[in-house]
Order: sequence, then structure tokens, then C-alpha cells
Amino acid sequence: MRETAAERWSRRIVLTLLTGFVLVPLYVMVSSAIKPLQDVQGPFTWWPRRPTLQAFVDMWSTVPLGRYLLNSLLVASVAAVFSVAVAIFAAYAVSRYRFRGRQIFSVTVLSTQMFPGILFLLPLFLIYVNLGNATGIALYASRTGLIVTYLTFSLPFSIWMLVGYFDSIPRGLDEAAQVDGAGPLRTLFQVVLPAAVPGVVAVTVYAFMTAWGEVLFASVLTNEDSRTLAVGLQGYATQFNVYWNQVMAASLVVSVPVVAGFLALQRYFVAGLTAGAVK
Amino acid sequence: MATTTPLAGTASGPPPATAGRPAGRPARQPRRSLLPYLLLAPAIVLELAIHVIPMLVGAWMSLLELTQFHIRDWSGAPFVGLDNYRVVLDVNTAAGADLLRSFRVTVVYTVLSVGLSWVLGTTAAVLLQRPFRGRAVLRALFLTPYALPVYTAVITWTFLFQRDTGLVNHVLVDQLNLLDEPPFWLIGDNSFVALLVVSIWRTWPFAFLCVMAGLQNIPDEFYEAAAMDGAGFWRRLRSVTLPMLRPVNLVLLLVLFLWTFNDFNTPYVLFGGSAPAEADLISLHIYRSSFQTWDFGSGSAMSVALLLFLLVVTAGYLLLTNRRRNDA
Repeated sequence: MRETAAERWSRRIVLTLLTGFVLVPLYVMVSSAIKPLQDVQGPFTWWPRRPTLQAFVDMWSTVPLGRYLLNSLLVASVAAVFSVAVAIFAAYAVSRYRFRGRQIFSVTVLSTQMFPGILFLLPLFLIYVNLGNATGIALYASRTGLIVTYLTFSLPFSIWMLVGYFDSIPRGLDEAAQVDGAGPLRTLFQVVLPAAVPGVVAVTVYAFMTAWGEVLFASVLTNEDSRTLAVGLQGYATQFNVYWNQVMAASLVVSVPVVAGFLALQRYFVAGLTAGAVK
Repeated sequence: MATTTPLAGTASGPPPATAGRPAGRPARQPRRSLLPYLLLAPAIVLELAIHVIPMLVGAWMSLLELTQFHIRDWSGAPFVGLDNYRVVLDVNTAAGADLLRSFRVTVVYTVLSVGLSWVLGTTAAVLLQRPFRGRAVLRALFLTPYALPVYTAVITWTFLFQRDTGLVNHVLVDQLNLLDEPPFWLIGDNSFVALLVVSIWRTWPFAFLCVMAGLQNIPDEFYEAAAMDGAGFWRRLRSVTLPMLRPVNLVLLLVLFLWTFNDFNTPYVLFGGSAPAEADLISLHIYRSSFQTWDFGSGSAMSVALLLFLLVVTAGYLLLTNRRRNDA
């Protein structure tokens, strides 16, 4: 199938425009991070005339970025690990067993994606506060509360993707293991999981990203001590001044690892989506 | 959905029974094994605790007069029945008029954002279907806005849209001379445009990702056959690509609709919590009226109304698309 010249040129033009659209904000993030404060507060310039790494030094003291970073790391990693563990068991059940309520479970779990976050934010806030007052279990304004909340956010999509992945692993492998006397859990851990590693990794990245980027619940369910980056970065804007170069420097630092991780694993992500969406 | 072999049903029994029994008769597993339910239990408990129960509580709260005086002990809040709904849904009151305006803004925002994101994502995915030099780089680049944490992406756009120091006005006013005066982008009419641009920038890569995944399932032979019949680019797109993408698109459009309609992050970070009326999306509106005026009763009433609306639209969509699929 030959490509005509017209097709080739329209492809180049459209892709160039899209590249520009995507790239410009990313470029501004990087180039502004290496400008001195006066330069980001003056008229915009494409090229940093006096490049400096000062913003990367100052950003740690303008706001307690270290603490926010630590909170985000802790909350996002713990939530991701637990969410994936829970999703693995659930997906294994849905993929390998026929049981009463299987369909209902799948539909219900996916439909929680539909709820407006704001709808259960208010009650969850009040439940956490009241639970704390009544029993002393501190979920409001604690990292634990945030972890428990976040791990449910990535759950539906993770289960859905893992079911697709597990379904693509031949049943013959399970049966061979069972003939050798392996029980269901050993079959899961020794046969199904090793074959689904790419899917599990992709889902872990997704769960981490979800928790790392959440804003709404973080802005209500945290206080100064438990605050995550999502809310903390807004601290660079004071009443008198916005430290744009430091905002960009901090944004860069918190984005690069997540973006790199995602891009390194996007192949598996696409494979997981394909497995899940085609059925 | 998965096809289950008959053998899979017997996989659920305790392992020693199978291993220890003499070969004469295979171990019969209990017909209704508990195991799948045990495997699901953690997921079910968590979903109940964080989604379902709070939602039911939310529905109950919408029937109470739950203001700042009752938050500490909200079981003591007076029951007012449907009063909250009457107030927030009555377009003749200030609250109702505000909600209606916010709803309209959200509908237009959702339709434009989802539509344009879908067009961009599909275009990019189709154009990247054929191998060429630099394809892998472009693919990674296009996915970057999706991988970027929301707040860093939106904060960067806030900077771009600054009136005196931002790139947008620099390009429009100084470089292209399209405008004489630098306009405000984060207040007034333009704020809707700003919001939409940021939303599309963040959303289209997900459409791209899904369509790309869907394209991998179209066998090359289909295109070869179409080319053999003399079909050009548009004909192949219309007769092969789009029909084959239908299952992906059905799910994708629904998910994008729900995400965008419930979007809170973009306006919250872009405008710093108090969006201009022209760009006041419904989630932000509910958030503000709940947490700034501490009126949780009417906040919950608005949330429940929003959920009901989304349920009706989703059910309608599923029915419509299902019927058309059955007709085909």
C-alpha cells in the first residue's frame, strides 16, 4: 500500500502542529525553571538570557517542598502497592472463576468511576472527622486516611486491566499446574502472576500516577503536616509574589520521574488497554 | 468476556484434597466455592467503605440542614426533607440560577473538550499507524501531557496565560501583532477558552493512547484489501478504521465524558479555587458552596442531582449504543 505525496505532506504538517501544541508548555516549564526571578516576572522571553540553577536551590526553602515530596512519595507508593495487591486477587477471581454476582461485581466496580468525586468527598470528610472524634482513629488530615482513599481510586481501572491481562494467559498453564497439585493461590503466584508481570507493572505505574496527581481530596483531607505536592505547590504563590521560576523548577522535579516511568512502560500500558478494551 | 473451561470450575477446591486422593475418582469440589468471594473481599470492602457508604451518607445528608453549626455532631442536624433540592434546583433563587449557569458551562465545556480531544487523538493515532522515522519519539512526546501530574501541567498553563508575563500574550501581541492590548485570560470571557485549551491539552493524549491500542487490532490485510479495491486515505478511514474502532470509541467517549464532566482539578488549579463565572465548572461550584459557606446539605443535594443526571445520560448512552450494535 503506497503512500501518496499529499498524504505524506499532510501527515507532516498535522504532526508538526500537534508536536508544537504539546511541546510549548513543556519547553516553558524547563526554560523558566532556569531563569532568575526578575526574568520570569518581566515580559516573556523564549530564550533564558541568564541561565541559572538558583531556583532549584531556593525552591526547598520557599515552601517545605521536602516534606510535601516525602508525603507524596509515601502516600502514592503505599497506595499503589496495596491497590495493586487488592486488584490482583479480584482480577484473578473474575478472570478464572464463574461465580454468582461476577457480572454485577464487574459493572459495579467500573461504575464507581462515574461518581463525581465531590459527591463522596463531603461525606468522607465528615466520616473521617467524626470517626476521629469518636474513636481516636485519625484518618482526617493523616497520610493513612489519604492512602486508604487513594487506593480505591485506581482500583476499578486496575482490576479491569488485569482481568484483560489474565484472560490472555492460556488456561492450559493453570491446568498443568493443577495437575502437578498446585492449589489456586499457588497457581496465581507461580503461574499467572509471572506471566502477567508487564500488566502488573503497568497497573502499578497507573495507581502511583493517580495518587501522585490527585488534587481534590488532597486539598480537603490534609493539613500542613500531611499535605502533598498537589496542594503544596500552590504555596509558591503568595499574596505579593509568585515565584514562577521556583514553581517551574519544582514542577519539573516532581514530574520527571513520573513521566519517565510512564514512558518507559507505556508499551505495556497499551498492551493492557488492548487486552481490556477489545472484549 | 472470558470463556471459562469446565476445568476452571474445579480449580477452586483446597489443594490437599486433589493431591491426596486416590486416582479412582477425581475430587469433587463444592459447587459454590467461597474462594472467589474471598479473593474479591478486600476490593469489595474498600469500595464499600470509600465509595458506596459515603455515597449513601451523602444522599442522607442532602435531606438535612447541615450547616457549620451541625458539622461536629451531624446526627443532630434537623431533617428538612427535599428543601435543599427545592432551593438549589429552583432557578428563581440565586443559588438555583448559579447552579444552572454552572451546569450550562459544564455541558458546553464537556462537549467541546471531549469532541476535540477525540478528534486530535484519533488523528494522531491514525497518522502514527504507518512506520516512519521518529515515530517512537512522537508517540512518547504525545503521551507526556497524560503522564504529567495534573497540577504541574495546569500550573504551567497558568503561567502561559499570565497577562503581562505569559507566553500567550507575548505571541499574540508582540510577535504576531494580532491584538493591540494584551487581554486577560484568567478572568472574564476568555477564561472559558483558557480552561478549554488546558483541558484538551491534558485529555487528548488519553484518546490517542486508547485509539492507538485499538488500531493494533486491525489486521493489515483489511487495509491491503481496501487498497486493492482502490480505496484512498479517506475511504480506508471511513470504511475500515472507524468501524473497527467502534468498540474502543464507545468506551472511550463515555469515560472521557464522565471524567470531563466531573473535572475539578483543571479549574481549581488554573483559577486558584475561585473560578470566574464564565468558567465555573459544576464540581468546583459544589466544592465552593460546600467548603466556603459550610452548607453541606445543599452541597450534597447538588451532588446527588449531578449523579442522577450522569446516571440518566450514561444509561441512555448505553441503551442507544447497544441497540445500534444489535441492529447491525
